[in-house]
Amino acid sequence: MISPRYAREIPQRYRLEASKCKGCGKINFPPRLTCPACSSREFETVKLSDEGKILTYTIIRVSSDTFSRETPYAVAIIEVNDGARLMAMIADTNLNNVAIGKKVKLVFRKIQDEGVSGLHCYGYKAVVV
Amino acid sequence: MNGIVGYGSYLPHYRIKIESIAKEWGDDPAAIKRGLQLFEKTVPGLDEDTITISVEAAKNALKRAQIDPQDIGAVYIGSESHPYAVKPSGTILIDALGIGPDVHVASYEFACKAGTEAMFVANSLVKAGDVKYALAIGADTSQGAPGDALEYSASAGGSAFIMGDENVVAEILFTNSFTSDTPDFWRREHEFYPRHAGRFTGEPAYFKHVVGAGKLLLEKSGMKPDDFKYAIFHMPNGKFPQVVGKKLGFTKEQLETGWIVPWMGNTYSGSSPTGLSAVLDVAEPDDMIFMVSFGSGAGSDGFIYRTTEKIKEVQDKAPKLKEMLDHDKVYLDYGEYAKFREKIILNE
Repeated sequence: MISPRYAREIPQRYRLEASKCKGCGKINFPPRLTCPACSSREFETVKLSDEGKILTYTIIRVSSDTFSRETPYAVAIIEVNDGARLMAMIADTNLNNVAIGKKVKLVFRKIQDEGVSGLHCYGYKAVVV
Repeated sequence: MNGIVGYGSYLPHYRIKIESIAKEWGDDPAAIKRGLQLFEKTVPGLDEDTITISVEAAKNALKRAQIDPQDIGAVYIGSESHPYAVKPSGTILIDALGIGPDVHVASYEFACKAGTEAMFVANSLVKAGDVKYALAIGADTSQGAPGDALEYSASAGGSAFIMGDENVVAEILFTNSFTSDTPDFWRREHEFYPRHAGRFTGEPAYFKHVVGAGKLLLEKSGMKPDDFKYAIFHMPNGKFPQVVGKKLGFTKEQLETGWIVPWMGNTYSGSSPTGLSAVLDVAEPDDMIFMVSFGSGAGSDGFIYRTTEKIKEVQDKAPKLKEMLDHDKVYLDYGEYAKFREKIILNE
């Protein structure tokens, strides 16, 4: 059962909420308790841009059972326009069109189901634009 | 004056052509296209449902409304494909958009008119002064049984409307509703596909209610068909809205802009609301718009809108419906479509 963890992560997964360090200005995603750059523990909540570019990616052809119906699919590390980096599945995109440097937009999608009677778990995916 | 302060739509990228479905079931695609006036329909991705469609449509509505999501006091989503039997779709949407928790949320269901039910109530709450803004959405990933005539039309998409009384882009001048117990189409609890009564869905259901609501709305407003620039009717197929428009005295030209069903399919609760979105995308100030939805069971909601000067300021702030219909389409064959719509029985 992943429900409690899923509920805790809603601000990041649904709204791309990140923590901006009040000491050095570094944006941390997901939010941190201590800034890895300056060790400050004071943050303000900021919402990341939903636009960015692919820094690198891989194609998943043999997945875990959860995603087996979706293979082959791409997973990419994306740098959003604010400079923060995150990992996301690529949706709605021909794999031949996935490349380093391509611009993407983050969209709200269903990520996985907790079996046939559990929760639907939502979050962000990236679409090449 | 109260009305729409922001609107937005979302359609999935995937499509299937009538030919691909007809080939599977031994039907004549030319006869289907001629009879139903449909060419292709949208198909949701494996990771798309009524909630994801609603969120993306509402994001576009917020781009046009330019309001603080915290000022939205009510969120209603109308659909007949809510992902949960028990857990309102709006609970997920509000957290995705930063609305609430000081917000009233509900899921609506009334076959294909659940979206206009949401619009009707959202507008009424604003008119009563109970909330500053109310968000109403009609969205569906429509179901149609394999081999059924509905499979040619049941599609996916939706539209969102933020109601308010400041910076209104389309005033809502009149509304009405027309309802009766008409068993033309239904889906029992735990059933995957809806059932329908074939030709009974036409005259005693769709036409009786749309004409009934339309006539009463004209009477209530004291207006006549040629007072309107645009008219939108629920679009279960391409033919019905054209026939009902003619019955009520509207011309083909008045219907054309909102008649998007041949390339989109029937997005059920999102059907007439998305037709309205297509009209608002191109409307000029002071255009009069007539709209009547239809939901099996059965009932119709009627609306009369008048666009304001503000409409021109918001049209380009979010993607337009025509762009979504025409661009970035990915065509599926029937096998891929069956997989995407979860029509194939798999092992756990």
